[in-house]
Formats: sequence, C-alpha cells, structure tokens
Amino acid sequence: MSFDNAAADDAYEALIDHDDDARWAYGTGFADPLAGVSTDLPPDVDRDDLVLYCLMLGDDALIMSHRLQQWVTRAPELEDELAIANLGLDLLGQARLLLARAGEVEGAGRGEDALAYLRDPDEFRNVRLAERADGDFARLVARLLIFATWRLALLDRLTASRDPVLAAIGAKGVKELTYHREWAAQWVVRLGDGTELSHERMQSAIDAVAPLTGELFHPHEVELRLSAAGFAVDPSLLRPEFDAVLDHVLRTATLRPPPPVSPTGPVGGAGGLGPAGVSVGSAESPVGGAGGSGLAGEPAGQSAAGRVAGADRLGRGGVHGPELAEILAEMQGLARSLPGSVW
Amino acid sequence: MSAATVTTAAEVVARVVDPELPMLTLGDLGIVRGVREADGAVVVTITPTYSGCPAMGAIRDDILAALRLAGFARAAVRTVLTPAWTTDWISDEGRAKLAAAGIAPPGAASRRLAGPVPLVLGGRAEPVACPRCGSADTERISAFGATACRELRRCPACREPFEHVKEI
Repeated sequence: MSFDNAAADDAYEALIDHDDDARWAYGTGFADPLAGVSTDLPPDVDRDDLVLYCLMLGDDALIMSHRLQQWVTRAPELEDELAIANLGLDLLGQARLLLARAGEVEGAGRGEDALAYLRDPDEFRNVRLAERADGDFARLVARLLIFATWRLALLDRLTASRDPVLAAIGAKGVKELTYHREWAAQWVVRLGDGTELSHERMQSAIDAVAPLTGELFHPHEVELRLSAAGFAVDPSLLRPEFDAVLDHVLRTATLRPPPPVSPTGPVGGAGGLGPAGVSVGSAESPVGGAGGSGLAGEPAGQSAAGRVAGADRLGRGGVHGPELAEILAEMQGLARSLPGSVW
Repeated sequence: MSAATVTTAAEVVARVVDPELPMLTLGDLGIVRGVREADGAVVVTITPTYSGCPAMGAIRDDILAALRLAGFARAAVRTVLTPAWTTDWISDEGRAKLAAAGIAPPGAASRRLAGPVPLVLGGRAEPVACPRCGSADTERISAFGATACRELRRCPACREPFEHVKEI
C-alpha cells in the first residue's frame, strides 16, 4: 500500500490503493470517541453528579441531532439539507463524547451505545426544547436558533470547567455551535424580514417555541452542586448573553419578542403540573402563568432553593413530552430488537 | 527504539493520507500532535478535526496500518481534545496542494479576545479567491458541503463552482 499521494495522478486514486476494508467501514465497529483521551478524574468530584451532568449535555445534543436528522430528504433545498445534516453530525459527535464520558465515569460497563439505545424516556435528561417536533421549516430554524444560542453560551463557559474532559469538549463545541447559531440566525432574519407570509410564519414559529425557553435557564440541583464546585455551568447565568443575542436577531428580522413565558415552561410553573410523572409537555402556550418578564424572563431575587424547585419535573429531571418516546422508538428500535447486532 | 527509529515512525505517520482530502497528508493537515516511544511501542497522538468527523476512525486505522507496513508492529493512537484543532495548523505546503486540487485553502481563523462569541449575520468579510482564476470576487453557494470542513462557492469571473476549506 502506498501512502505517497504525490505519486498519484489523481489525488483520489490514493484512496483506492489500500490493504484492508477499514476505510469504508463507517458505521461498523465505531471506535470509542474518547479512545486514548486521558481518563483522569478530578479527585474531589461527585461521580454520580458528573455522570448525570454528562448525560444532560449529551442527551441535549443526541436528541437535537436526531430531530435534525429527520429533516434529511425533507429540507426545502439541497444546500440546506447539507447544512442540517452537518449540524446534526456535529451534535452527534458532541453527544458521543459526552455519553462516552458519562459511561466511563459511571464505571458500570455502559458505553455510549448502551446509554443511547438502552435507556427509557424517563432516564433521558435533555431539555424538552431538544425533543420538540418541528412541523415546518420556520419552527426548525426558530428552535435551532434558541438551542444553539443557549448551548454556545453554555459550552463557552464550560471551557473553564475543572474537569479537563468537559473543558475540552466545550472548547471543541464552541467552534461548531458558532456556525450552527449563524445558520439559524440568518434564516430567521431572511424569513422574518422577507415577505408578508414568511414574516407571519416566522413570528408564529418564534412564539410557538418560546414557552420551552424558560426551562433552559432553570438549574437542576446537580447543575447547581457541580457549578458551585467548579465543574459545571449554572444555566441561570446564561440569560443575559442569550437575551442579547435573541434580541439582536429578532430586531434585525423585524420580529417582535414572544409573549412572556413561565420561567420553567409549560410543565413546571404553578398550576401547570400534571399528575406526578405524567407528561404535559405538548402544551403550546405557557400554563405556568406566574412570573416571567419576557423571553426567558426570570423573576428577580429568587433564592437558589426557589430556582431549583420544579426542576425535577422538567427535562433535566427525566420528565418529557410524548414526543421523546416517539423519537426513542425510532432511534432505539433496531438496537433493542436485535441486541448486539452489527452491520 | 532509537531516536532515529522514532523519527522514521514520525515520518511514516506524517505521510498518511487524509481519507476525505486525499491530496493532503496528516502532516499537511496538522492533526499529528506527537510521535514517541513507550515500552517499545510507537505512540501517536492526534487531534480530531470536528467532533462528529467520521474520518477520525479511518485515520486511526490508517496510521496503524502504515506503521505496520513500515515494520512497527506495536503502535497505539491516542487522542487529545485540547487545544482544539484549527485550520491555522494546515501547513503552507498543504494549502498549496489544496489550491492545486481546486479547493480554496482556509484563511486565518478568527481569534476571539474576550467576551461572548460574536454573532455574524452578514457572512464573512474576508474574500475567498477562486482557486482556478484567482478572482477575489467569489460568492457562497452553501455554507456546507460534502464534508464538515468544506463549503461550496462559485466564481462569477470564470463561472466555475469550487470548494473552500472553512476557517475554524
């Protein structure tokens, strides 16, 4: 086998001349994405908390990636199909790193595949924004703008984590989310500042997704404990940056800010709770009622305990809408019906 | 293993071809962080390009296969995630090879000093020169292409589409 590509007339000929099939085996025997990465663990970290935190950030990326993959063959133009597929691939890469890290810290022999394919909906820790079905292209770009703006602010701060693996995953993700946010923002502006019809549909998409925004800034106790110890990011600190970016994009797009939302979204607010363990995440309008002063608005002066209240009834606590079960039925079907199978 | 042998191993690794941009070697691409010897084995350290890049597994296999063919039976590939790879690490020779293959090489990656990541709504300010005719007046067709690292552009001067390795 020659690796001397300079000798080939056509650079791509270098690909044909090889001695095994490994190169074309994408999708077969994936290597551990953390292969060879240092597995050191800070001595004072709470392992159970760290596992859950890696699942939270990993599940956000995994479920959002799956929703993006569902757009493949359905996007309005080939160029945007490429964009959506690429963004989904980036998020899947981030999910693999985070789930592999969760499995490694847990130390119970569960790898990224077991965590992705063999958990039930109530074990998933993603924010519910990630699982929401899109319905139309405006909903997709609205949801992606909100998701990428929030996750970019989060991962940017995660680069200062005392866990070197989380810090490195954050640094890598920041580069990717920067262009995810740009792609979504440019579409929101193009549609919002477009025709009367595109403006109207973009506005209704922003209004429809907004109720799921409050939850993004509502910390779970695991997030608070780990951020106090310097390992994680307290999501309530992301709000000023998030609001500034959203405000800038919406103004450029000639869109108005969505109606005020509950700080916890459709499930968590006073009066918005269903019976314990029952998901009511499909509500389109905020039912929390009390509090909230705008997109992601949070009542001022809440105590840490107050901020945590209700987090167990949100996505971070494993409470999801029926849409997550649908996603998992599709995503996990093959792996569960044929355990251990390979291509 | 002598120092000269380690140097030979490093040269073998640097000559391995990138599976998706085969005009480039791993040396050109700038993803090899180090080659050293540990307990009689060659240990290669690489940096992944994109989090989800499916070529990373292939690259790992290719490095091991190349070392095996060169007589290094015992070898391992380690990954370092930080500092994250940047297109600034693509060598000048690599940039020339990209241009010769009709792919516009990346410009300098933007450096952020402090504060939040700035949002760019109007596209890149830096012009991308056409790799065929050299015209600086080219337009983006799509911010994404066949792989995570490339975008599609066209040149109104020579009327040809071309790919551009995006700055990251």
